[in-house]
Amino acid sequence: MSLSAFAALLDRLAFTPSRRGKLALLQAHFAATPDPDRGYALAALTGALDFPHVKAQAIRRAAEARVDPALFAWSYDFVGDLAETAALIWPAPNAAPNPAPGAVTGAATPALSEVVEALAGSGRGEAQARVEAWLDRLDATGRWALLKLITGGLRVGVSAALARQALAQLGGIEATAVEEIWAGLRPPYLDLFAWLEGRGAPPRAEAPGRFRPVMLAQPLDETRDLASLRPEDYAAEWKWDGIRVQVVSEGGRREIYSRTGDAISGAFPDLLDALAFEGVIDGELLVLREGRAGTFAELQTRLNRKVPSRALMADRPAGLRAYDILADETGDLRGLAFAERRVRLERLLTGRTCARLDLSPLVPFTSWRDLAALRGAPPEGEAAKAEGLMLKRWDAPYLAGRPRGPWFKWKRDPFLIDAVLLYAQRGHGKRSSYYSDFTFGVWTQSPGGGRVLAPVGKAYFGFTDAELKALDAFVREHTEARFGPLRQVRATPDFGLVLEVAFEGLQRSSRHKAGLAMRFPRIHRIRWDKPAGEADDLASLHALLARIERGPSAGVPAP
Amino acid sequence: MVRPASVLVPRPAGLYCPPADLYIDPITPVDRAVITHGHADHARPGHGAVAATPQTLAIMAERYGADFAGSVQPLAYGETFTRDGVEITLHPAGHVLGSAQAAIRYRGLTLVVSGDYKRRRDPTCAPFEPVPCHVFVTEATFGLPVFRHPPAEVEIARLLAARAEAPGRAVLVGAYALGKAQRLIALLRQAGHEAPIAVHGALERLNALYARFGVELGPLEPVSGLSREALAGVISLAPPGALTTPWRRRFPDPLTAVASGWMGVRARARQRGVELPLIVSDHADWDELTATLAELRPEEVWITHGREEALLRWCELHGQKARALAMVGYDEEGE
Ligand SMILES: [Zn+2]
Ligand SMILES: [Zn+2]
Repeated sequence: MSLSAFAALLDRLAFTPSRRGKLALLQAHFAATPDPDRGYALAALTGALDFPHVKAQAIRRAAEARVDPALFAWSYDFVGDLAETAALIWPAPNAAPNPAPGAVTGAATPALSEVVEALAGSGRGEAQARVEAWLDRLDATGRWALLKLITGGLRVGVSAALARQALAQLGGIEATAVEEIWAGLRPPYLDLFAWLEGRGAPPRAEAPGRFRPVMLAQPLDETRDLASLRPEDYAAEWKWDGIRVQVVSEGGRREIYSRTGDAISGAFPDLLDALAFEGVIDGELLVLREGRAGTFAELQTRLNRKVPSRALMADRPAGLRAYDILADETGDLRGLAFAERRVRLERLLTGRTCARLDLSPLVPFTSWRDLAALRGAPPEGEAAKAEGLMLKRWDAPYLAGRPRGPWFKWKRDPFLIDAVLLYAQRGHGKRSSYYSDFTFGVWTQSPGGGRVLAPVGKAYFGFTDAELKALDAFVREHTEARFGPLRQVRATPDFGLVLEVAFEGLQRSSRHKAGLAMRFPRIHRIRWDKPAGEADDLASLHALLARIERGPSAGVPAP
Repeated sequence: MVRPASVLVPRPAGLYCPPADLYIDPITPVDRAVITHGHADHARPGHGAVAATPQTLAIMAERYGADFAGSVQPLAYGETFTRDGVEITLHPAGHVLGSAQAAIRYRGLTLVVSGDYKRRRDPTCAPFEPVPCHVFVTEATFGLPVFRHPPAEVEIARLLAARAEAPGRAVLVGAYALGKAQRLIALLRQAGHEAPIAVHGALERLNALYARFGVELGPLEPVSGLSREALAGVISLAPPGALTTPWRRRFPDPLTAVASGWMGVRARARQRGVELPLIVSDHADWDELTATLAELRPEEVWITHGREEALLRWCELHGQKARALAMVGYDEEGE
């Protein structure tokens, strides 16, 4: 299998928007490509390869020498990507205008494994010479794939999690089974493919410090679930407004993983320092100051930095609020019931809680009615900042994936406002012929004294297919102006479409004109009946923001 | 000998030939025009007298109605007409059906206005004919060395492979209505695709015109006559603009392809939300442009429009005298 097959895969992945389509392409490639090429393709896609001896600038100089620096510069300006420019501009060996079909994929094309293995054993000068020789033998897509591969950053929209899902489909198993052994695997993954194809035993997953696939909760359906569940079977916890992480401290190795298994340790050295225990803990990453959680916006500034400055860490210290334990010094605990794991977690944290690490408390309750009341009006303090509640079955083991029954999330009701549709933009993929991305606004006072709409958010889901059609028709019929792909819709106090927008929270924002930003806005209902002039105003949104900042006990959710 | 610059002069309306008092491909109505081919930016309605190939005249009549000009003069390839001592002969340009280069001969001087051209094989039109000349007037739409169109057959094979991979999906291909669409259909037939091809209403009349001129396109059906279910697995062709209109919704889970020379640049393809970019162009790519100049070796190269700075640079590097005319009004974005 030549590099051309890998190039064709990358090319298709880069242009396939849907997850389903990407999975199908990956699965077909892994099924049709022999070892070890498919393993190297997997490694390339998941970022497991590194070619330190080939530098993008050396490739550029080699291309300039073959063409002309001025021609290269104009081309680079137009294309905007160095590897792509070099790949397109590289002179083909026989640049006849009418080459016979098929001539471009001759037998001289190197295999992906040949490329990877040869570069691994080459010094700097040798590696560069090899790359130039391959470029002379490949077609444009092949050259692009080669240059993307060796200069890093394929950027074809494939995460390691997506690749593992494709592997799981290939083997007819759950993705969590692949996740479980992932950390112990090395390219070109011969043992993995042998196992997936039923030719070998599962690879062992003993690597200390590895990620364990996480257990996820189902959303609670109040009317259906609460009628059938017994309160005594479940523990309740607050659902914290941070990000779910798994922290591992095993055999001297410490890691912080996102819930998809990406190591994010580098961004949180302050938390890493605090992991003075042996074990694996599941919990919420938060900005923690003296035992109090910061806002999600504060955490966001930490997530945006790969390496935080000292000042940022001092201002926004990261911490972990622990709620489960997967392993301790005695070994794997995932087979134990939640009740038993909770005991182990509390035991492990005894004497170890600190400013960076604390325990998520259980919420005592006796009936669903009690719990519903707590959810509606949480006690002041930390609970007031939670997104809702988590329910966990006392007797359930820790099961990877999203099993139905053992864990539920019971989010608090969203906030609702009535806003007016202002702009619409066409969607992507399936929705590319529909105006499906909506910007909406609320009323405010213009400097001249009149009522004008201030944009406060964008939403592109929450509606049914039938509603989308109706929204699309409304946009097309009432377009006032067009700006490229954007349409401005007629919206005055006497005419306009009112959208009831649901959202999870408000944050102060200097980047937005209205001075605030919504979290997870979506269209809850289309108010065909409501006059635009009766939609909400910006002052009431700011009042809501102030109430949210004080904590919901100071006010009720929906205005 | 007369100077070339007095035989052809760039004017706002187009290239003007003073001794014969006529324009080549004028963009505003003029008394006398020679039209190289039927694309809308070259062939406009409202001129007095028009000389062009019979195919180009038919295309103009189809698009603009029979009264698109005061009078018409059909000129077959190789046929010459003379006006005030200027001889004008049309030669195939290989761009679209009826496309021609205009060779202008005057007092021992030959200038060739190539219009739009390509050097690839194209089953729907006569191949480009190199005409020895003193001045070669060329466009430079794809005048950057990053534009290197792969063989069209390879792109057609990719299209057919994508269709075979996704049997439940409609395959929706955006292609320029004149030339590109018919060339794709002919190439699909050559690749052995015999199934009916569905076409957008905007393509029907030009397809019929091509068939009248003997271009075999095989079984075609209007998209409007097919149910949603029937469109699955079928290759449908439409003008690129139709792909983002409500018209698209009749297709089940459409796989969107666009056939254009611009598809060679990934950012361009992504910008347009294309799932399968097909690099198929009716314009010369960089290798064709430079190979043509090297083959003809004219005394001067004049570049009408496009990326002239890069082609000028190539001419400088290869000792070829060249100048840019910087003509406006020729828009090849939709190519
Ligand atoms: Zn043209
Ligand atoms: Zn043109």
